[in-house]
Amino acid sequence: MDFFTLANLSYLVSAALFIFGLKRLQSPATARSGNFMAAVGMAIAIIVTLLETNFANWQMILVGGIIGALVGSISARAVQMTNMPQMVGIFNGFGGGASALIAISEFLRYLGNPGIAMPADSGVSIILGTLIGAVTFSGSMIAFAKLQNWMTGAPITWPLQKTLNSTLLLSVLALGAYVVFFDMNPTVFLVLLGLALVLGVTSVIPIGGADMPVVISLLNSYSGLAAAAAGFVVNNNVLIISGSLVGASGLILTNIMCVGMNRSLANVLFGAVGTADVVAGSVGAGDAAGTVRDVSAEEAGMILAYAKSVIFVPGYGMAVAQAQHAVRELADVLKSRGVDVKYAVHPVAGRMPGHMNVLLGKRTSLTMNSTPWRTSTTRSQPRPLRSSSARTTW
Amino acid sequence: MPEALLNNLYIFVLAMFTGFEVITKVPPLLHTPLMSGSNAISGISVVGAIIIVAAATQTALPGIWGGNTLILVLGVIAVAMGMINVAGGFLVTDRMLEMFKKKPESE
Repeated sequence: MDFFTLANLSYLVSAALFIFGLKRLQSPATARSGNFMAAVGMAIAIIVTLLETNFANWQMILVGGIIGALVGSISARAVQMTNMPQMVGIFNGFGGGASALIAISEFLRYLGNPGIAMPADSGVSIILGTLIGAVTFSGSMIAFAKLQNWMTGAPITWPLQKTLNSTLLLSVLALGAYVVFFDMNPTVFLVLLGLALVLGVTSVIPIGGADMPVVISLLNSYSGLAAAAAGFVVNNNVLIISGSLVGASGLILTNIMCVGMNRSLANVLFGAVGTADVVAGSVGAGDAAGTVRDVSAEEAGMILAYAKSVIFVPGYGMAVAQAQHAVRELADVLKSRGVDVKYAVHPVAGRMPGHMNVLLGKRTSLTMNSTPWRTSTTRSQPRPLRSSSARTTW
Repeated sequence: MPEALLNNLYIFVLAMFTGFEVITKVPPLLHTPLMSGSNAISGISVVGAIIIVAAATQTALPGIWGGNTLILVLGVIAVAMGMINVAGGFLVTDRMLEMFKKKPESE
């Protein structure tokens, strides 16, 4: 068996480990081992690639790899649980950036070897890899800046936004077609790259507040597609398989989150939050039309003391205030007085789907006993919270 | 259509379907770890970056674009970025999942 075959078989093992790993992430009991399996698959893929390329330029790869591994692991250790979403966002951006750089390097290789004509299929892969990778990169950086409060988290809108974005996208595609089919002009390619980066910024900047989780999830899907495009560029199966796996799973997850907020993906992407209340009302669940009333601590105590049934709806604020223990104590006191206590965790409470559950993970009992809206016995309508009311708890 | 491209397209489409099938049944509880875990997998682009850097020795680039050096620099940056995605992604996911395991009273 020659080494090429062996390498490809190992890639197949990696891909299988990724699929198994994702599968095991479906249950809390197996999730951790699933993540570990995926990591083993990644290690196999990296080692096999090093072997397959005969460790050419291994010093440089080592330098890049060590820097990346150090930065990644240190920041992963240091990040606070409440800041997890932007961490995932920025990691994601780097993945997309790497894919874009692969496509750009391949373009440069063809550019520097006028003897080799760039085949149209490689050209298309290069353009798509550059476009998706660059959008993922700049979009993720904006998402990070928003969640990290480096810039306003609120949506920034301006007139003709959709027109601008579609014009940008069409221009990138048109320039790409020109580069692939007519003239490999480096200046045109640079303009294309610049426009793609701008497109990432302009498509994320109008989205804000509660919709950020959806964006991160969508960008995650993009980074997968970018990796798949990079796989087409360097003709590598494991890149294509893993990339499309992530691309598809990211899309599903994005959709689940949108459903959790009673909104369509198009509405999240184009109907900036704050102007979207109109839409929220149009999707049923019209029974959540009440108003929010503030109460003081004393008042709350009185209300709770006379209550027969209490439902806690924890939000991001509780997590930031580290109030989960106080909530638990309060619940215990209420239970000891014979009050029926339930928890309602909105599917997308926090800043990512299930984020609240991660934060509440310390309180396993609280998380596991929590009653999601979908199965809540206290509501006749098995609908999640409307986006407008959900937003107030984030 | 070249055979390699055709094969790649087959793999791409079938893997997309696999991705859809694998994910659909994940409970909301695990959405964030799942997003983070699949994000780490998308760091697979580090493999492509390694291939680019390794191949850079075999190509001699003339002229204004700094020749091979530019490809090498971009490739090494890509390796670093991909590695950040891989290492950070898996570790962050592990940290999240670790919290699920803890007993309520251990703090």
